[in-house]
Amino acid sequence: MINTQAALNLKIEMLTLATREEIDKWIAKYPADQKQSAVMAALRIVQDQNGGWLNTQLMDAIAAYLEMPPIAVYEVATFYSMYELEPIGRHKISICTNISCMLCGSEEVVAHFEKRLGIKLGETTADGKITLREVECLGACVGAPMMQIGNEYIENLTPETIDQLLAGLE
Amino acid sequence: MSTTTDKVAAEDQIKNDIVSFEIDGQTVTAEKGSMLIRAADAAGIVIPRFCYHKNLTVAANCRMCLVEVEKAPKPLPACATPVAEGMKVFTQSEVAKRAQKGVMEFLLINHPLDCPICDQGGECTLQDLAVGYGGDNSRYQEAKRVVVDKDIGPLIATEMTRCIHCTRCVRFGQEVAGIMEMGATGRGEHTKIGTYIEKSIDSELSGNIIDLCPVGALTSKPFRYSARPWELIKCDSISPHDNVGANITVHTRDNKVMRVIARENNEVNETWISDRDRFSYEANNHGDRLTMPMIKVDNEWQETDWNSALEFTLRGLSKVIEQHGIDNIGALAAPHCATEEFYLLQKLLRALGTGNVDHRTGQLDFSDDELMPDFPGLGQSLQSLEESKSILLIGSNIRKDQPLIGLRLRKAQQNGASLMVINPVNYDFTRQPELQTIGTPQQMLESLAGLVKALADETGKSLPGDAIKLLAKVTPGDTEQAMAKILSKQSPATILLGNYAFSNSHSSQFRALAQLVANFSGAKIGFMAQANSAGAWLAGCVPHRGTNNSATDKTGSTAHDMIKEPLKAYIMLGLEPALDCIDAGRARLAMESAEFITMLTPFKPGAGELALDCASVMLPMATFFETAGTHINCEGKMQTYRSTVTPQGESRPAWKILRVLGNYFELEGFDYNSIDDVRKEMNIVISNNSQSDNVLKQVKMPKKLGGKIFNLYRLAELPIYRTDIIVRRASALQLTHDNPGARARVNSDQAAKLNIKQDDLIRVRMLEGDAQINVEIDESIPDACIWVPAGYNETSALGACGQASVSKL
Ligand code: SF4
Ligand code: FES
Ligand code: FES
Repeated sequence: MINTQAALNLKIEMLTLATREEIDKWIAKYPADQKQSAVMAALRIVQDQNGGWLNTQLMDAIAAYLEMPPIAVYEVATFYSMYELEPIGRHKISICTNISCMLCGSEEVVAHFEKRLGIKLGETTADGKITLREVECLGACVGAPMMQIGNEYIENLTPETIDQLLAGLE
Repeated sequence: MSTTTDKVAAEDQIKNDIVSFEIDGQTVTAEKGSMLIRAADAAGIVIPRFCYHKNLTVAANCRMCLVEVEKAPKPLPACATPVAEGMKVFTQSEVAKRAQKGVMEFLLINHPLDCPICDQGGECTLQDLAVGYGGDNSRYQEAKRVVVDKDIGPLIATEMTRCIHCTRCVRFGQEVAGIMEMGATGRGEHTKIGTYIEKSIDSELSGNIIDLCPVGALTSKPFRYSARPWELIKCDSISPHDNVGANITVHTRDNKVMRVIARENNEVNETWISDRDRFSYEANNHGDRLTMPMIKVDNEWQETDWNSALEFTLRGLSKVIEQHGIDNIGALAAPHCATEEFYLLQKLLRALGTGNVDHRTGQLDFSDDELMPDFPGLGQSLQSLEESKSILLIGSNIRKDQPLIGLRLRKAQQNGASLMVINPVNYDFTRQPELQTIGTPQQMLESLAGLVKALADETGKSLPGDAIKLLAKVTPGDTEQAMAKILSKQSPATILLGNYAFSNSHSSQFRALAQLVANFSGAKIGFMAQANSAGAWLAGCVPHRGTNNSATDKTGSTAHDMIKEPLKAYIMLGLEPALDCIDAGRARLAMESAEFITMLTPFKPGAGELALDCASVMLPMATFFETAGTHINCEGKMQTYRSTVTPQGESRPAWKILRVLGNYFELEGFDYNSIDDVRKEMNIVISNNSQSDNVLKQVKMPKKLGGKIFNLYRLAELPIYRTDIIVRRASALQLTHDNPGARARVNSDQAAKLNIKQDDLIRVRMLEGDAQINVEIDESIPDACIWVPAGYNETSALGACGQASVSKL
């Protein structure tokens, strides 16, 4: 009975105008009646708007904006490891532990990170600076072992390169 | 010559589309491209399955249906393998068996195996198949997955650790119900089926996922832990709450209704029923059942035996007849009653000498009674609705009023039909209508008039004389013109009139204009009346026609006239007048002024209810679970049902009560021994062409379109779970979101004009009386309207429609 359109508009207001403009660019890439194809891009854009993570209200806003059921947005957001559903550190370090990286020593990479930061995979440092994540193959097996930080891949990891990287982080 | 060749070609075509192949050595044929599992089912060959369901799309994710196919390198899922000519399938071979056993082992890895405490035990596909394909112990040593449950509302209990991820429940929401509420979140090992957030499942068809879930993950909450399937006696029945007559199976134990599930009937309800059909049974076990006849002596209610109660009734009614004449007695029946009950009620009244008998408690305008078809119906079958290419819905909250017709319309939309709507409220649809007019009944009429005119222009047909004058000043808007185009171009076209098209004071104009629209566009017109209204019409429970539309020598007052000009005595059949009548205010006043009211009712009125003060005698009547009866649905399908449990206490089937009342009045022809005698006598015939004859016998235009324009108009509606005496007492349904409570709804502009805010306590005042209720801001209500639900005690002093005023308290 609640007027859906009015309720939906309220939800959409959670998205900044800039965010909506960004999403519109993606919507434009798909046929007009298949807006929901832009859901992955929308989730990424909104996640950036919100400091690296998504909450239910934001996902509902995306659902309203793309005219799809909220649960269908949750399905996508929970499926992919690149979407964060809880607040995370300023830097997200995603370490690949899939087969090629594992064969090339990803276990040591993980151990080194954990020792240096004093946290386990999946945790965030107390100062909210860094979150460690374990991810599956990122398609950069030639550079195994590898990790991703922000939009960047760092390959052929060694304790030294890791130390260097950590030293350079704000 | 050419026709024969065509015929041969067509037959060849059919032959080409049919392939022949072997399953387990047995030759079977099936349509080319159809799935193997269908052919096997048709041939009676059992293939185990979880995710496959014939009314859902194929997901092929459980793999339980793996079979061996000759020349295929590995076993194939029967639910997703199209049949082909010459194919050889083995469902019992070593390869097939090994595959099925392997799948079962995987499925059981994460399953809690908690059958002893699971409600599904005894009717669980997983349990059943595990007997055939499971191992006798598990090789799995690791920890099992556990899922934390969410509360998804009062109807469905969840135990998601038991879920095997077949996604039937998800697909049902997406494909059938049309609101996706369940989903699969997470990935791989961490996948969970559910709502993700804490949220109730609100579809009016949600209970179907209980039937669909092959395991004990989704079970009925009201039924939980109350019985085991093998203790239950299963009886077929018909749900009387709407005009579809969904087929149900009633499960009973120790003479108590324990639950209701869907029974397949593709012509009527396919494999689905609405939540109202499924959960209304709770009322049958309600604590307030009337189990003894009661009479009011010196203003005190006392229990008594049948004899005294009936004598008391006889005396009371006779006195009124003596003093005021027979025409001061009237009978009102609730629309969900059985056809036999309608029949005997009208027979009783007519034998006594009056035609004051009616069941149309939701209608106000009866001026076209003589023009109505044999009974208000769809004018086509439920199945054929799906083939419509354009549909105009007038005055209907289709999803809530007729949930299963709503499903058919949705399917028509999926098949490419354009849905157009002329409604007083901007209701939620699962697929948005293409065009709509939302406004007061006056605005709805104007839109309809515009549509008539646009259609006349569009088709070049000329308006009848009386319409030319009436429509002279009407100019169709863009919406009406677009509607006219669609209706005349996209056939088959269907026009359906719903509850609102009956419950306003100019409903005959709605019917007449709609009929014109149908005539001009070639559309079929359908009237969606309440519950078993078709049965009531055919039984003669209308004041102007006898049984089977025979002429009656005495025409009586209509349901609304009977309360507008109050009578001295009433017989009420399964009706709570102040809650069932859309014009509750008048019903209340009529009851208050009556001298003698006889209520046939399954329930004791609660404290503060009108019947307590006004009635003189209450005769305990059996519910539809406790009596045999006949339901005639909107397509004219006659469906009989038997009693599933015996009536509680001293209550009796209404047909027996009415029969004995006839005896007490010493009337002739009331000596039936069984309900079959009644059926034989009423002998309802529904002619084959009743569907095509479902049109107004003549289109008569009014002098003036609509009526007065008010600055605040009351819109009344019986919400889905307030529609009848039984449903109102079904406790779990009352807890759902579809029971909005007695609150007044206005849009925010109107609220500002009236100077009221969300949750304010206000007094709504109408000519008939007033109501004190809270405000709900709701943008779906049009300007100049205040929506106040009927069916609640709090609003039962208000009139059905017309001028309302509001003051803040
Ligand atoms: S809850 Fe039941 S119907 Fe839904 S996916 Fe799980 S097993 Fe299937
Ligand atoms: S396995 Fe690590 S990038 Fe492919
Ligand atoms: S029934 Fe075929 S895969 Fe589930």
